[in-house]
Amino acid sequence: MKSNINYRINKSLFIKGFIIFLAFLITLPLVSIIYYVAKEGFATINWNFFISVPKPVGEVGGGIANALVGSLILVVVASIIAIPVGIMCGIYLSENGENKLSYYTRLAVDILQGVPSIVVGIVIYFWVVKPTGSFSGLSGSIALSIMMLPIVIRSTEETLKLIPSTLKEAGLALGLPYYKVMIKVILPVGMSGILSGVMLSIARVAGETAPLLFTAFGNPYLNTNIAKPMQSLPLLIFNYATSPYDEWHNLAWGASLILLICILLLNLFTKLLTRRWKVQF
Amino acid sequence: MRQKDPGLQVKYEMLFSRTLVITALLILILVIGLFLTLLLESLPSIQHLGFGFLFGKTWDPVSNVYGAYPFLVGTLLTSFLALIISIPFSMAIAIFLGEYQPTGALSAFLKNIIELIAAVPSVIYGFWGLIVLVPLVRSLESKIGVVPYGIGIFTASIILAIMIIPYAASLGREMISMVPAQLKEGAYSLGATRYEVIKAVIIPYTKSGLFAGILLSLGRALGETMAVTMVIGNSSIIPTNIFAPGNTMASVIANEFTEADRSLYLSALIELGMLLFLVTVVINVIGKRIIKGFNT
Repeated sequence: MKSNINYRINKSLFIKGFIIFLAFLITLPLVSIIYYVAKEGFATINWNFFISVPKPVGEVGGGIANALVGSLILVVVASIIAIPVGIMCGIYLSENGENKLSYYTRLAVDILQGVPSIVVGIVIYFWVVKPTGSFSGLSGSIALSIMMLPIVIRSTEETLKLIPSTLKEAGLALGLPYYKVMIKVILPVGMSGILSGVMLSIARVAGETAPLLFTAFGNPYLNTNIAKPMQSLPLLIFNYATSPYDEWHNLAWGASLILLICILLLNLFTKLLTRRWKVQF
Repeated sequence: MRQKDPGLQVKYEMLFSRTLVITALLILILVIGLFLTLLLESLPSIQHLGFGFLFGKTWDPVSNVYGAYPFLVGTLLTSFLALIISIPFSMAIAIFLGEYQPTGALSAFLKNIIELIAAVPSVIYGFWGLIVLVPLVRSLESKIGVVPYGIGIFTASIILAIMIIPYAASLGREMISMVPAQLKEGAYSLGATRYEVIKAVIIPYTKSGLFAGILLSLGRALGETMAVTMVIGNSSIIPTNIFAPGNTMASVIANEFTEADRSLYLSALIELGMLLFLVTVVINVIGKRIIKGFNT
């Protein structure tokens, strides 16, 4: 009997050790990725890397200025489209618990969250690229904004739902019209949650490649016109990483490092934001 | 004090609530529009190829023959292989964070790692896979005596597995941490060990939630494009084993969409996209329903 108990205890301990081992094994690939990106990336990066455009195959040097500018423009335009719509839709969903429209809209948000990004690229190709007759930065931004929407909507809805109704009632009791209560009382209180959703959505789309393949398309030259094809960091990484040339691989490593740093900073910033501004009731 | 025109106030009020309703409608229309566009643009392919499209074994755009079977096989093979590889890890993480150590420095560290894994863009996974993982797989393949491509379904599955672990793990953690303390305490008071509590109380109690987490990560795996495209080898021949190069539905779209010169070719690719859309919608809706049922 005694040995039986020992056996069971040892088995439990053994399995605990095994589970901890498995759980922490996940750090291996992450460390490997960060190691390679940092090692190869830092070797490539210099001042010239930021201010010049890629050079043709065979020439040493060149940079990713076109992709940096393109990524920035794509993400900013996508944010301008997605953030207002996302926040408004989030307000609607948080204010309307269960009616027909909110039920179906919630379902639509769920669906949108799961749509493969390449499918969004196909559809925007037919909505924007084909009618206008050219690949363009704008179409890329629209595709990215569709990827941002569900994250912004969800975080707005979840945040606003947590705010006690007494706040809203107090505002209404003072005679404020409903829209002012929402804009001047409820939104500021929920700002940290909404902002963190916005930042997460930006971090997510900044690394998206698939929806840009048939929309922004890529561009080897510096371009700030959103009606023309536009390069972005992930597109550049994809094109150059799959090329057989070493110089282009180096550019792709450098671009990977910049992209990774940007995304990690966005994530870190989001965390600090939620920690510092957390409103508790 | 400045007196405001009450009529204007009412107008603003109306404007505001109308805008809210319109944005909500907009999202709904957007999703319906996504589907209708896919359906409309794939009509030529649906009419010309019918159901044979799904079972056609050759994909040869040069001679205008389109069969999606190689891609269906490729997609299912990579996704399920990735799922099988990822489940032990994601469940271990879920159990560790949900039961063994819900708080503390070690679990905070692991949580950050998981968040980082989820944050790395898929194109960087693909690049890393191409440079680091492919040579590793190649040496493994030459050891076990299959053709050492390096790229292929197996490599794609490993990368996919890493990428989907965060989804199943974080959902599983949430579910496991919601198991009522009385249930666990009851089992402990009967003399159960930690492992026995996990096996006999926690896992049975959370199994629908854990299943939903795995289902949602499958949805992710099916639609993942870039990392897979970069390492799967892009061959339109039906893969004969898991080390062979192949193609998934998403990767064939990524590779061939801009090259599709015939309308039937383009339409066949869009039909693949529509299938992908439908499958992920079904998986996501079912997964979310299960989780919602679990929470209430």
